[in-house]
Amino acid sequence: MSDRMLISTRKGLFTASRSGSGWAVSNVDFLGDNVTLALHDPRSGYSYAALDHGHFGVKLHRNKGDGWQEIAAPAYPEKPADVISTDGWGKDLPWATALIWALETGGADEPGVIWCGTLPGGLFKSEDHGETWQLNRPLWDEPKRKRWMGGGRELPGIHSICVDPRSSRTIRVGVSCGGVWQTDDGGESWACRATGMRAEFMPPEQAGDPEIQDPHLLVQSPSNPDRLWVQHHNGIFVSSDGSKNWTEIYAQPSSFGFAVAVHPNEPDTAWFVPGIKDELRIPVDGKLVVTRTRDGGKSFESLSNGLPQSHAYDIALRHALTIDKTGNSLAFGTTTGNVYVTEDQGDHWSTVSNSLPPIYAVRFA
Amino acid sequence: MTKVIFTANLMRHVDCPAVDVDGHTVREVLAKIFAENPRLKSYVVDEQFALRRHMGIIVDGEIVSDRNGLSDPVESNSEVFVLQALSGG
Repeated sequence: MSDRMLISTRKGLFTASRSGSGWAVSNVDFLGDNVTLALHDPRSGYSYAALDHGHFGVKLHRNKGDGWQEIAAPAYPEKPADVISTDGWGKDLPWATALIWALETGGADEPGVIWCGTLPGGLFKSEDHGETWQLNRPLWDEPKRKRWMGGGRELPGIHSICVDPRSSRTIRVGVSCGGVWQTDDGGESWACRATGMRAEFMPPEQAGDPEIQDPHLLVQSPSNPDRLWVQHHNGIFVSSDGSKNWTEIYAQPSSFGFAVAVHPNEPDTAWFVPGIKDELRIPVDGKLVVTRTRDGGKSFESLSNGLPQSHAYDIALRHALTIDKTGNSLAFGTTTGNVYVTEDQGDHWSTVSNSLPPIYAVRFA
Repeated sequence: MTKVIFTANLMRHVDCPAVDVDGHTVREVLAKIFAENPRLKSYVVDEQFALRRHMGIIVDGEIVSDRNGLSDPVESNSEVFVLQALSGG
């Protein structure tokens, strides 16, 4: 059972720890700074923190156990003068890292590898624990990549990276807005894999276009990697054939949200933190709940024991729900600075904090 | 020599004392400073050497006009201020 979690917030990176009396905040780093994402790599023991200083740009820090040090952030190459760079809307798309939106470890067979997804849409790989980064050119140079467009954010970006446990050369990324993209050759070639998804925000004849879909988060079942789950802008989608096809499923009280977590050993079991809908991003009836399916999305339970059920307006952003390796412990943080944890798969929740800054990401570490 | 002064708010993240440096344009003087202090570069300009969106540079009282190329000229007695372009309340 996990006994530590990293909580990335608008005003610092908080660590919460589990002791005999329960969970509590035990440490804070980068206090006052905007920490957008953190990663702990169990292979090396290193931790990574992405910061967005606003005026001063995006930075990356690493802790090898002896304190945080700034390391190189993923950086785009010089844009050739004759290249016109625009997004799917025709708006200028700078070749510059605007946000680190995904950080994931490579496969078990590639110990130094870290993958990083960014706004405005570049995927970066480090083979040396973040010392140096290389832009994945095949995906960046893919003509269809230029159709990607910003969703809630001004620029398109990669927020999800799933390295297939069967082969580290098979990688899927989730793009807002640009669908799901897959490589089976370590990133040398890519194909869009979002058939079956539905985008209400487009004209009806384009709603099924795979390349303009807005998955909010993509996760892959470790025990059955052909099973993938997506919390999408317009609902929940599940794939049972390795992302070739996607089927929409419906949850109560709502299918809208940002985050999804899948059980490590039960591919049919997944959790979501719903809001009302895209233009009304608050819990239904002011009641904060987590929804859980145990049958691949045929039915859902609404879990509320220990969560506020009156005037709660929390939203869990896409990286703010996490599950540990046992599948029993989950935790999530919210835009209003609340953190909740369960150790029985969501049947009962307890409060870690009610007073943190707005939370972007929560991860067991 | 041109004097370049950085906002004190940057000092919390990276050491950046005022520097006297030779050059004909804002880009030239900044490039020389960044060559000596490479970590400072990404705090002021992006990968394309464009001034970060919420940063501003003032040369002898005039806001630079070429934010992407930083081709604005500087004189040997110029003072260049690298600032946060504050907006909002």
